[in-house]
Amino acid sequence: MNYNWNWGVLFEEEYLGWLISGVGWTFSVALVAWVLALAVGILVGVGRTLPSRPVALLCTTYVEIFRNVPLLVQLFLWYFVLPEIVPSDMGRWMKRDMPNPEYVTAVVGLGLYTASRVAEQVRAGINAVGGGLTSAAYANGLSTAQTYRYVLLPISFRLIVPPMTSEFLTIFKNSSLALTIGLLELTAQSQQIAEYTFQGFEAFTAATVIYVVIALCATVIAQILERHTKIPGFVGKA
Amino acid sequence: MIDIQNISKWYGTFQVLTDCTTSVTKGEVVVVCGPSGSGKSTLIKCVNGLEPVQQGKITVEDFEVTARGTNLTKLRARIGMVFQHFELYPHMSVRENLCLGQQKVLGRSRDEANAKAEALIDRVGLLPHIDKFPGQLSGGQQQRVAISRSLAMDPIAMLFDEPTSALDPEMINEVLDVMVELAREGMTMMVVTHEMGFARKVADRVIFMDEGHIIEDRQTEAFFGNPESDRAKDFLSKILNH
Amino acid sequence: MGDFDLSVIIDNLPFLWQGLQLSLLLTFLAVVGGIVLGTLLALMRLSGILPLSLLSAGYVNLIRSVPLILVIFWFYFLVPLALGRPIGGFYSALIAFVMFEAAYYSEIIRAGIQSVRQGQVHAGQATGLNYWQIQRYVVLPQAFRNMVPILVTQGIILFQDTSLVFVVSLRDFMTVSSIVARTEGRLAEMYVFAALVYFVICFAGSLFVRRLQKAKTA
Repeated sequence: MNYNWNWGVLFEEEYLGWLISGVGWTFSVALVAWVLALAVGILVGVGRTLPSRPVALLCTTYVEIFRNVPLLVQLFLWYFVLPEIVPSDMGRWMKRDMPNPEYVTAVVGLGLYTASRVAEQVRAGINAVGGGLTSAAYANGLSTAQTYRYVLLPISFRLIVPPMTSEFLTIFKNSSLALTIGLLELTAQSQQIAEYTFQGFEAFTAATVIYVVIALCATVIAQILERHTKIPGFVGKA
Repeated sequence: MIDIQNISKWYGTFQVLTDCTTSVTKGEVVVVCGPSGSGKSTLIKCVNGLEPVQQGKITVEDFEVTARGTNLTKLRARIGMVFQHFELYPHMSVRENLCLGQQKVLGRSRDEANAKAEALIDRVGLLPHIDKFPGQLSGGQQQRVAISRSLAMDPIAMLFDEPTSALDPEMINEVLDVMVELAREGMTMMVVTHEMGFARKVADRVIFMDEGHIIEDRQTEAFFGNPESDRAKDFLSKILNH
Repeated sequence: MGDFDLSVIIDNLPFLWQGLQLSLLLTFLAVVGGIVLGTLLALMRLSGILPLSLLSAGYVNLIRSVPLILVIFWFYFLVPLALGRPIGGFYSALIAFVMFEAAYYSEIIRAGIQSVRQGQVHAGQATGLNYWQIQRYVVLPQAFRNMVPILVTQGIILFQDTSLVFVVSLRDFMTVSSIVARTEGRLAEMYVFAALVYFVICFAGSLFVRRLQKAKTA
């Protein structure tokens, strides 16, 4: 194998700056999209379990649409297609005057996509709580809203902490797709470095190491969360 | 107080209750028994609207359970229900289990609710455990807490759906004792159970169901001493031979 | 919004179909390769032999921490270098996908193997079968039968993942759609069409999985 090793290139002023900038964008996109995903996802997930048929159907449609189209296609739809199909004033604003269109699109696209996955977790969690407890809450005189607020949601949130932290990590990985619409996040920057310096091994290793560190942190956070939210003696019907 | 008139219920095409009529007057203790699949649990769940009925009428005091637009939440605040699998809220302590309904549904203050909770838990002998979580208690203890949780709402009647069926044999009595005491204090009770000893001790009437029909509905001693139907005789002979 | 020009799609149908074929071919090969390698990884992990187990766990956890795009970049860079000569994009992509998806398949298969009751293993041991025989004749057949729905679901996910070969301009359905979109200047039609095609295939796949699951519990 014919290769010149040069790990020092990673620490050169310019390239190090690229890496740091990439990490910054990755974190920024992932975290803001995560907030959006939680907000929308919890609503949609709860909506799927509500007794009201039209609401449940609407939420199910949301989930099916966002789940069955690849994230890449979704990003393209938001970035390229949306400005074309909205009223021309709005479209022009989106294409020219909106600050940081790649970032906003990435956040919206990634957030709404992840929301559909969060919705599924929330739904699974609520269903795992079990009809018996729901009956008991109703029999106790609690209304539907109260039952969700005091019984179903608190228990289901504790049950879904493990899969949710997995989703949290996934959103970091999926943020890499933003490079396809021009956002220079971490993976994009590592590829740039590889192209400029021909030191692909070093560049990609740097990105890999950073992602692994992020994953490790997510795992640690997961374990801390799980310990704090454990219900003594309750195993759950997952 | 509880008036059930000609109710029929289907799950899809399967008819689970057929033309059932009975009533429970204030202070009465009625035991509902019968083989598996007879519809007795379903019947009792219809009383507080947990299960809808397709035909017939159920009234509890001045609430018409089967009418559209009835505020079922209000009704359920007035009737207590105890389940086979206890169904305590696992993420809340015993104290919180008892206070939730009192505070959020009845609007009692925290101190009021706490005082009531402590009094009720003490009555069933579990005061030292009041800040524990359900997962830390035995089945018998959990069920006694569940009964107290329903009593905390000051119900006008109590429904029991096979309260001891999920318990290990040595814990059945501690729960039955609580129920006997409740009956002796004059609580209106409708109890689905296999515990015939309990029935003989405190029940005023026994309803025997089979395959969705009410076969017999008679005074306790009359039922045990002289069952009229063959199915009831058959059932009793199997149960009482333990 | 202008007019929706369907003729763009119709005119380019053969080209698009070629792209779709590549996507499907890549998916199929990666599923097969992923399951084979994934099974090997799962067996290594459960073998009880520490170095094998650690190697497998290390690999799986590493792959699962990084984005697929990065893995694609890695293999596009690494494979020609390792072979000493340039290689077609398709093969680099295929290797990347197999290596990536194998990690995910191995977790599914590992769970499937562990879901087979210990009693079955004991029964095999009592008859004198060794570890590999028990896996081959007793555990894996049962495990796979249980896992079919999840394996298919992962296949659907894989199919969606293939769209990412866009980043190396490999001419799969996604890349072709975007080429047509750019050259014909008809972004909206092409991307909506692409979305519809993916949706129909994936949704149909998920319905198939649901039928499989019902058949299992029947």
